[in-house]
Amino acid sequence: MTSVAVAAEGLTKRFGDFVAVDGIDFTVAAGEIVGFLGPNGAGKSTTIRMLCGLLRPSAGRGLVAGIDVAADPEAVRQHIGYMSQKFSLYNDLTVIENLRFFGGIYQVPRASLPERLAFAISMAGLEGREERLVSTLAGGWKQRLALGCAILHRPPILFLDEPTSGVDPQSRRRFWDLIHSLAADGVAVLVSTHYMDEAEYCDRVALINRGKLIDMASPAEFKRTNLGGELFLVECRPLGAAIARLQDTPHLLDVAAFGNSLHVLVEDSAYDSESLTALLRQGGVEVSLAHTIAPSVEDVFVRMIGRTGGPH
Amino acid sequence: MRPLRLKAIAVKEALQILRDPISLVIALLMPFMQMILLGYGINLDVRNLPTCVFDREASQDSQALLKHFQASPYFRIVETPSTYRDVIRALDGGACRLAIVIPPDFSQRIADSGGSAVQALTDASDDNTANIAIGYAQAVVGAYAAEATAGAAARAGLSTGPLQPVAVQSRVWFNEDLESRNFIIPGVVALVMALVGAQLASLTVSREWERGTMELLVSTPVTPMELMLGKLAPYFLVGLLDAAFCLCFAVFWFKVPFRGDLLVLFLTTSLFLVVVLGIGYLISVAIRSQLGASQIGLLVTMLPTVLLSGMAFPIDQMPKAVQLVCTFVPARYYIAILKAVFLKGSGLLELWRPVAALLAYAAVIGFFAARAFKKRLE
Repeated sequence: MTSVAVAAEGLTKRFGDFVAVDGIDFTVAAGEIVGFLGPNGAGKSTTIRMLCGLLRPSAGRGLVAGIDVAADPEAVRQHIGYMSQKFSLYNDLTVIENLRFFGGIYQVPRASLPERLAFAISMAGLEGREERLVSTLAGGWKQRLALGCAILHRPPILFLDEPTSGVDPQSRRRFWDLIHSLAADGVAVLVSTHYMDEAEYCDRVALINRGKLIDMASPAEFKRTNLGGELFLVECRPLGAAIARLQDTPHLLDVAAFGNSLHVLVEDSAYDSESLTALLRQGGVEVSLAHTIAPSVEDVFVRMIGRTGGPH
Repeated sequence: MRPLRLKAIAVKEALQILRDPISLVIALLMPFMQMILLGYGINLDVRNLPTCVFDREASQDSQALLKHFQASPYFRIVETPSTYRDVIRALDGGACRLAIVIPPDFSQRIADSGGSAVQALTDASDDNTANIAIGYAQAVVGAYAAEATAGAAARAGLSTGPLQPVAVQSRVWFNEDLESRNFIIPGVVALVMALVGAQLASLTVSREWERGTMELLVSTPVTPMELMLGKLAPYFLVGLLDAAFCLCFAVFWFKVPFRGDLLVLFLTTSLFLVVVLGIGYLISVAIRSQLGASQIGLLVTMLPTVLLSGMAFPIDQMPKAVQLVCTFVPARYYIAILKAVFLKGSGLLELWRPVAALLAYAAVIGFFAARAFKKRLE
């Protein structure tokens, strides 16, 4: 299997008594985008940091580009690009100075440097901003510059730790387009996020909770196998009374508020829109709309996190 | 060791120095301030000592003695009180540090014995200055007495010959050209080098931790050795520039004679810079906040360099135990070298002992500094 870019085998990290990552197994193939989903503190960053050689695994091993990270972290580092959760470029340097710095650190040959710099700048959409101090750039530009710095040496493997946190939706969209074009060129991408909608952009998602890998599948499969029921969208008011009415009702699995409507999960074929509406009206709730919807990853996520226990 | 990486780190670090106000102040303003403050501040010479004179005789002779005091560069007569109480008030209030009381029978005593009894009261809360002041006062009175006796003898038609009347020779602190500055300034240069070097280097790694840039840096293939050398290279240049500035300041502003070889000065200064930059770098690796690191950098360089390096206080007059401690202060070797190069014009051969000591220091600190930084986040 030469196409396996990253493999975690029983990867574990303990900080004292606290088990941050608990025996995780998974692989990422070349050209594949794998999304890490999970609540804060689930162990996403710790896993990525172990695979980058920043933290030493307590048990198990991580193979990156076929190299054991714990045994030879330096050899791994030539093959990877990393974007940390916290922005970690030099704010007191300009765009081009940051890029040149990482070009030097990764020993991009002098002859190909201008072309790589130009590529990174155009990819990040930073043309005309080369001489701007990074501290004066908005969040979306900074994230794209960080990605530009991370791919300057054309690494076959990218680790992106919550790259889009704090970035506006439009910039996030653009960022994902970039990730897709990199994956199309054969780059393996492991990306963590807490935006559930971003999970839909991944080839496979890995749900992590309390240091354990709960499930790993394509977004479609993930939704199909993990929801375990039918999902209804119900627009009604007051929401509080509706939730109170639906709780502890037989054959009803879960109720969650989404904005000013409800997502109601019921056992397959237990209810249809009419019976659900009737049930609510009995409780004095005014229902304006109730119909089945296709679940999002978020619906599945909320359901599964609820089932496996909340954040630490 | 990859040249591309070294260059990338050095360029980045240089840009950061240029854009960091704190680093700029340390690199450019501190040497100037230190030279001015310490060059003028640490002065063991006694000059223009505020003095009051209580002339109880008010005769021609006593006025002549007063003129001698006025002519001396060591004393500045600030008051001429007319009662003892005023004398004591002036001393107590700090208006003067020395009070000369000329007795009512001053002329008679000179004529009788050729000697004179003049009372000198000093404020010995600073015993060093008091001692020196008494010595100078005795010298002034002695010189006056000699002149007076010679004059009297001449009037009496006697040949004076080499006759010297009572002249007190206890001038332990007498300094022929009155320049303790010549000994102090080379020490100040060393202090500036130590402070600037350790302070700047103490910021370099802690800055990466503090600003969160370390995480990314650690994920790159850069080696600890490349990081250290690349980071310290610009500070080394800054240190040499500061050294050149201090040297010019010492020679052209404070007029300290420079009798040695510039090449010797350059080589030994480079060696000392390696030592202090290494110390600062070690601190910077250990302490992850810039403020904490620079405070410790200040502590470990300032105190030993001022107190235990022979800059102002001679090491051979310290207790044996303290002398032993001084052996471990790198600045003492550099100061010994600087004083010898400035004032004696010594070459490398004569200076082999302190140069060897600095070499050993540079090797040991370089060894630990190169291994101090671990590329892990834990």
